[in-house]
Amino acid sequence: MLVQALKDQGVDTVFGYPGGAVLPIYDEIFQQNDVRHVLVRHEQGAVHAAEGYARSTGKPGVVLVTSGPGATNAVTGLTDALMDSIPIVVFTGQVPTFMIGSDAFQEADTVGITRPCTKHNWLVKDTNTLSGVIHEAFHVATSGRPGPVLVDIPKDVQFATGTYTKPSPTASHYQPRVKGDLEEITELVAAMEKAKRPVFYTGGGVINSGPAASQLLRELVDATGFPITSTLMGLGAYPASGKNWLGMLGMHGLYEANLAMHDCDLLINIGARFDDRITGRIDAFSPKSTKAHIDIDPSSINKVIKTDIPIVGDVAHVLEDMLKVWKSRGRKTNAEAVAKWHMKINDWRKVDCLAFTAGDKTIKPQQALARLEALTKGRDRYITTEVGQHQMWAAQYLTFEDPNRWMTSGGLGTMGYGFPASIGVQMAHPESLVINVAGEASWLMNMQEMGTAVQYRLPVKQFILNNERLGMVRQWQELLHGERYSHSWSEALPDFVKLAEAFGAKGIICKDPADLDDAIMEMIDHDGPVIFDCLVEKHENCFPMIPSGKAHNEMLLGEAETQGVIQAGGAVLV
Amino acid sequence: MSALHIKKGATKHSAYNLRPSFSDVQERHTIAVLVENEPGVLARVIGLFSGRGYNIESLTVAEVDHTGHLSRITIVTTGTPQVIEQIKAQLGRIVSVHEVHDLTVEGASVERELAMLKVVGDGEKRVEALRLADIFRANVVDSTLSSFVFEITGAPEKIDAFADLMRPLGLSEIARTGIAALMRGD
Repeated sequence: MLVQALKDQGVDTVFGYPGGAVLPIYDEIFQQNDVRHVLVRHEQGAVHAAEGYARSTGKPGVVLVTSGPGATNAVTGLTDALMDSIPIVVFTGQVPTFMIGSDAFQEADTVGITRPCTKHNWLVKDTNTLSGVIHEAFHVATSGRPGPVLVDIPKDVQFATGTYTKPSPTASHYQPRVKGDLEEITELVAAMEKAKRPVFYTGGGVINSGPAASQLLRELVDATGFPITSTLMGLGAYPASGKNWLGMLGMHGLYEANLAMHDCDLLINIGARFDDRITGRIDAFSPKSTKAHIDIDPSSINKVIKTDIPIVGDVAHVLEDMLKVWKSRGRKTNAEAVAKWHMKINDWRKVDCLAFTAGDKTIKPQQALARLEALTKGRDRYITTEVGQHQMWAAQYLTFEDPNRWMTSGGLGTMGYGFPASIGVQMAHPESLVINVAGEASWLMNMQEMGTAVQYRLPVKQFILNNERLGMVRQWQELLHGERYSHSWSEALPDFVKLAEAFGAKGIICKDPADLDDAIMEMIDHDGPVIFDCLVEKHENCFPMIPSGKAHNEMLLGEAETQGVIQAGGAVLV
Repeated sequence: MSALHIKKGATKHSAYNLRPSFSDVQERHTIAVLVENEPGVLARVIGLFSGRGYNIESLTVAEVDHTGHLSRITIVTTGTPQVIEQIKAQLGRIVSVHEVHDLTVEGASVERELAMLKVVGDGEKRVEALRLADIFRANVVDSTLSSFVFEITGAPEKIDAFADLMRPLGLSEIARTGIAALMRGD
């Protein structure tokens, strides 16, 4: 019944790991060919792989794991998907209904444990309700603000037979509002007509809303000529080659993007949530601006930053209405003032905040990514990342022309996300170039998935910037904790080339800047999974940086400015 | 739904009213939440309050519509206007929640609570307890030669006042239901 429901929901791939409490479902999977099952090596990997699949396709990712440890291992992935609003449907086995509560073997209170880290979850106690719950689970995961859901199915419910119902979109009472209020939209358009220093601040909500939202955003930005910046999650919604593009904003965002946020007079937030990595010090955040906020989740509005023009609705629907209203009112903007605003932004751009000096003896991490960008640009390319310095450098030095090409753990910041995510992306896009930009420490957290990559012949490229350090932790210890590098380096790293070979994959090591291009090309040209061990400068810091407790206009641009910058008040922030 | 005396969209103060004035003043609000009557729904609501650090002063829950599988949760909470708005928005996004109503801002409402108080004593104190109970319109629901159990219904302040009076007269135990509240009028 579960397999039938998956087929009816259009599911073609399931990431999972079998165990005692899901054997009946695995037996069904064995006897059909419509739904592919990908055997991961750890349940956390299954959820991240499903996230990669979901983000790169726009379809929900599906996971199947067993009870007890299978379910608890999925918790990190669920929390990650909740923070980043990624639609995931997780099925967990459970001990039979008559044994629930008896501390049976591999029993855990799965719905209890996952209640705060899912959008919703269900324990199914009657086979007759199973198909209805599964369809509802897909509906909830993908409607409104997307998120992870979990369906816990006891083994006796799996064995029993019951009546199957087909999916019906109207069956659910859960029908979030997608159309924005026209009065508010008109108010925003009126503000846009008058704005002298407007800026679009876009986020993952644009990507989640679907390709139409990105198209409409491009149309609106190009028609108005307003500058646009994006969060880490929203990269690719507006093309990096677009003329109004400012680059990413936030803690490690670009100088011009952050200063534009600080000095603007109209801030239009589209599908972003004023995360603390974006705002810096709240009371100094964009002090001169009227703030509009478009979000499908009413709880995002006024949560952190007080909003002047709140619009609850789906990004694509609201943008469509905004364009209609703006056109019907005569396509007006304050073009003269906006042109001046662009000139000011161009002055900031001249600071060239991402400039770095390439090393001639050791490879700078920025240099490695700049070369990776140069050698892969224009290809059918998907990028995933782990979490840390390399993630921020990847966001700064790689460019994205389209949505759904960039998969990274933003809200939760999960080390170990990128590798399994790259597997999920490659499953969905077998012919594309999928690269996981990693740090060696993050990568080791889910390295067991090499087994999955090799088994399914997934040519994922693991581009490891190896500084033998927890780079971001080390950076904070340098800036904040008197250069006392407490437990932020690895003394016993594996030989990554041998490790790759042990799994039956290819390993490449590169330490000389002169070899970098050839080594990257060798990685790309190899038809199979590659671990690329790129030995980089060990003490490089990630700039620009807004230190904790500081405002956007108090950015640090380089090493010389870092002494004593974070005061006691900022030190408690993470 | 009309049997529940709640009309959807009957007021402009819905969960989509997103323009609160931010101030630091702590306000006390009574919020009625209509939820799907399913296992775990109370845990979802309580988990939201504990997980996000909101206060619960009083909470009552019971099924109110058997055929529609609906329960009504009445929560009394305190917070700044911004926090109260967040609480309502967060409640509204729980999938099992059908409606959220802030009775404090949506118009006049009535709040009642039921309490049972056990008063142990004899002689003059016993007579005085009975006399006060009469004034407060509390009923005697159990009595022995040395004790009474009173039942009293009313606004929380009235119950507080009655309990204060009973304390010197031998109050030994008290059980309160928490607040149930409804909008006035139709």
